[in-house]
Amino acid sequence: MNIKKYIFVFLITTGIFAIAFIISNYINDRRYDVIKSTADKISIDILSLETQFELFQESSCDSLKNSILSDEINALADKLSYAENQRGINDADVITLKKYYSLLEIKDYLLMKKVDTKCDVNPIAILYFYTNEETCTDCTKQGYVLTKLRADHPELKVYSFDYDLKLNAIKTLTSIYKVPKELPAIVIDGKTYSKFQSVEDIQKIIPALVATSTATTTKNTLK
Amino acid sequence: MAQYSSTLIYISLFFGLYYQIFILITLFEKESKKIVSKKAAFDDVTAPSVSIIIPCFNEEKTLEKTVLSLLNLDYPKEKLSIIIVDDGSKDSTYTKALELTKYPSVKAFTQKNGGKYVALNFGIKKSDADIVGCLDADSTVHRDSLKKMIPFFDKEKTVAVTPAMKVQNPVNILQRMQNTEYNIGILLKKVMGKLDAIHVTPGPFSLFKRDLFNKIGYFKHAYNTEDMEIAFRIQENHYRIANCANAFVYTITPTTLKKLYVQRTRWTYGFIKNAIDYKHLIFNPRYGNIGMLTLPFAVISSIVALLIFGNTIYNFFVYILQHLQKYIIAGFSFNRISFDPFFLNTSSVMILTTIMFVFSLILIFLAWKLAEGKSFPNRDVLYFIAFYGFIAPLWLAKASFNVLASRSTPWR
Repeated sequence: MNIKKYIFVFLITTGIFAIAFIISNYINDRRYDVIKSTADKISIDILSLETQFELFQESSCDSLKNSILSDEINALADKLSYAENQRGINDADVITLKKYYSLLEIKDYLLMKKVDTKCDVNPIAILYFYTNEETCTDCTKQGYVLTKLRADHPELKVYSFDYDLKLNAIKTLTSIYKVPKELPAIVIDGKTYSKFQSVEDIQKIIPALVATSTATTTKNTLK
Repeated sequence: MAQYSSTLIYISLFFGLYYQIFILITLFEKESKKIVSKKAAFDDVTAPSVSIIIPCFNEEKTLEKTVLSLLNLDYPKEKLSIIIVDDGSKDSTYTKALELTKYPSVKAFTQKNGGKYVALNFGIKKSDADIVGCLDADSTVHRDSLKKMIPFFDKEKTVAVTPAMKVQNPVNILQRMQNTEYNIGILLKKVMGKLDAIHVTPGPFSLFKRDLFNKIGYFKHAYNTEDMEIAFRIQENHYRIANCANAFVYTITPTTLKKLYVQRTRWTYGFIKNAIDYKHLIFNPRYGNIGMLTLPFAVISSIVALLIFGNTIYNFFVYILQHLQKYIIAGFSFNRISFDPFFLNTSSVMILTTIMFVFSLILIFLAWKLAEGKSFPNRDVLYFIAFYGFIAPLWLAKASFNVLASRSTPWR
């Protein structure tokens, strides 16, 4: 028996493992950069829209309506959700990105409301508060319902917020809308609905969601 | 749970990669003088006498073909004898055997049904040849095989030589899948032969020095895997088992999943029970590579395969339940499939699995080259890749259950 060979093979195997970990970490870091740069781009776009809004007198409602960012934010949500699955919900980078994402969502929501007031676009929007706690099985179910509704109604905007994310802006939002600790909870037209809401429940609140049911897109909420 | 699962996956991947690298390095390693046989030339006078024993039970359909393939062997006729031992068949096997005694080198005997190992021992005792071999009555040999195998006995310590087993005329998908498996087996046997680490001397045409049985004893029942137990015993006694990778033997393989399942359950059960009986060899450097490589990896890979299979089944059901729940709660929605490289799985587990898969493909290609003489495998490889991983754990699970429940595994 050749002991040296056993050791040699052990070293090669260990080397391959090390290379696999290095490559995987490198690609994960690159992913973080991609998410970050997407978020930065959205941030600039929002700032641009806000500026446009301030210059409203010189800007038509049409140009504002056409500058909808939700699709990009949804794409960012998908990537962030993937990163969360890969790196874990407690990963510091993931938490930072989620905070950034949540702020972008709030800004987009506020901007949308402003555009609505000035241009009368009547957007359909849902604020969704969830927790990553495993005990919240209804959060998973609520996620399914909102994903389904958004897939069937691309015009629907769903802004999802991790209730446990330590972010003052989210705390303020939950305080304004009196979101209870019992999750999930959704806010539609300023009214808060706690506990699980089925597709039918939401369709009763927003009748416009009953009209069409053609699935046109694949977007997942963060939860 | 997830953490244990992840640790298990990493340990499995490490062992799997280690084994593959060990095999590849050994394959391309130059043979040392100690391992290489001189492959001594022999002629009609110096050729050792050989008896081939054919134990048979209800083999009336295949016996003649088996005997004719032996008579056709390129070996001095006066040095070769064939001993047919009918193990109390219920069909006309013995009548067929008696008919075949028209050939001078063929002898036929019958005994009360006692099992394959009893028939083999009966045949060995009837032989006074230098070398004895066995050949299952469902197998045939290539004309050159014996001539190629005999020189390996030139080394004093070499007491057994195994051939390269191939599937006889693979027809259906199951047999074609086994064809790839057997070809991989030829490559692994070659490597294990180089390492002195062979743990089975298969029924189809393994050869033994006759006096070996006087030294270490005859075949035993050994849970219906006497060909495995004798190999364990040879290794335990520090003798050598060589492999002749170009001595081809063709065997009929199971044609249905049920038959395959029964056969492999018996083999696996036999391996587990024999491994338990010879556990003192495992991780014991005194027994060289058989103790440090073959047996530990065979045991570990069996456990890992079972755990991974169980884990896969569990995840599959979780996946189905999740989608069912999603459907019940939210109804069906069509998801448009789009590709974004961002979502490619580049976890370390996926990278390592890919590396292992590539190494496996390399081994399969090399095995195909060795066994078939062709550089590119045919569709049999696809059948192997597609199905083997799903069905092998079935007999592994059944055999493990039988061991734990102290249930014996029948021959048929």
